[in-house]
Amino acid sequence: MVFWISAILIGIGVYGLLTQKNLFKQLISLSIIDTAVNIFIIAVGYVDNGKAPIYSKAVPEFMEGVFVDPLPQALVLTAIVIGVGVLALGASLLVKVNEKHESIDVENMKGVGE
Amino acid sequence: MRRLYAILIAAALVYMLISFISTVPGYGKVDLKERVSDAFLSKSVNAQNAKAWMEGKAIHRQPAKEIYGKKAKEEGSANVVTSIVVNYRSFDTLGEVTVLFTAALGVGLILGGSRRKRYGREANFVLRTSTGILVPLIIMFGAYIFVHGHLTPGGGFPGGTIIAMASLLLYLSDEKFFLSKASTGVLEGSMGGAYVIIGLLGLAIGGYFLYNFLPNGVVGNLVSAGIVPLVYIAIGLKVGAELSGLVTDLHSEKEG
Amino acid sequence: MMNYLIILAGAMMIVAAVFAVEAKKILDAVIAMSVVSLVSVFLFIAMRAPDVAITEASVGAGLVTAVFLVSLFKMKGGDEQ
Repeated sequence: MVFWISAILIGIGVYGLLTQKNLFKQLISLSIIDTAVNIFIIAVGYVDNGKAPIYSKAVPEFMEGVFVDPLPQALVLTAIVIGVGVLALGASLLVKVNEKHESIDVENMKGVGE
Repeated sequence: MRRLYAILIAAALVYMLISFISTVPGYGKVDLKERVSDAFLSKSVNAQNAKAWMEGKAIHRQPAKEIYGKKAKEEGSANVVTSIVVNYRSFDTLGEVTVLFTAALGVGLILGGSRRKRYGREANFVLRTSTGILVPLIIMFGAYIFVHGHLTPGGGFPGGTIIAMASLLLYLSDEKFFLSKASTGVLEGSMGGAYVIIGLLGLAIGGYFLYNFLPNGVVGNLVSAGIVPLVYIAIGLKVGAELSGLVTDLHSEKEG
Repeated sequence: MMNYLIILAGAMMIVAAVFAVEAKKILDAVIAMSVVSLVSVFLFIAMRAPDVAITEASVGAGLVTAVFLVSLFKMKGGDEQ
């Protein structure tokens, strides 16, 4: 079920990338795809009735089927922070494009494709 | 017409993803015995037979054993995600920190300037007054999150982001506030260097890069898990300084 | 009970994502995108990933939205379409 949600969100993001002419909208679509892929990777590691992979007074010992898979969580943890860096880089590029071509709409840019 | 084609392409992609989903085990039906994570969870990576694992045999099962509150032999952090990020796959994390550094460097090259951009608007009275109360609390919360990264949820990456949120609040509330490039740059560079130096110390003492050379202690204590808290403090300060510098670049403009 | 909550959260995310893609004003799109990130925090908690949830709450809902809004205010006239 969570797989379906993430698949539909990826579809919406790809639709936005294909139809929108505003570059800022395309960046927002990329961000939606980012979130959807993170949800997908976490859902691959979920175990029914599992607990968060942290040892504590309540869960002191290792047994089979107690914890969910920690490896996808470790991968997504760093991917989110790198995502914000890449999105900020894209946003700053858009500011420069707006200064140079006076628009961020693909069809209204000055000095492109004429 | 373009929208129709876009809907068709997106629908085909969603159909492809959903038919792919039917080949992986269902939601919540995963068997951890077939995965590497079983060894990470039971903290028995050194006991595995690497050759048999590469030939495709199942990993060596560990019996149920108590971990919390006992002396740790292999790895001493109570949060298993932290033990993967900072201990078992620490070289990977060093690479990801480098990617983040490159992204922040790109933003600095494109937008950076030496002067604060003024918008000519005074901030709200409520915002100005509450900033003085909130900023120390936010910084303290971020420091708590990365110092306790090996015991509770959290760690260096969210802690650093929360510290960057404090500097963003300062920028929004005060038109004259400006963090100098030197302060964030020095903190960022020294913390990145500290991570590499910890790795080189491990190479000198234990024989391989980022070897955990400090004693592991008892799982669940604040002072435990060897170099894990040190590395997470370095990552937290580095990410915090990096993202504060990124917010500074967004609020600055070039001279003249 | 948990399944219904997950379906509700998923429906909210899909509606917010469609609005973010189709909205006329970019400001609305940025806010809808931050709603998608914020609701995904609930999904992460439901899948027992508190580390990821705390990161997504501070990054996705806070910093990305702030960075987008600041760069949107930097380019004047970029908001009209």
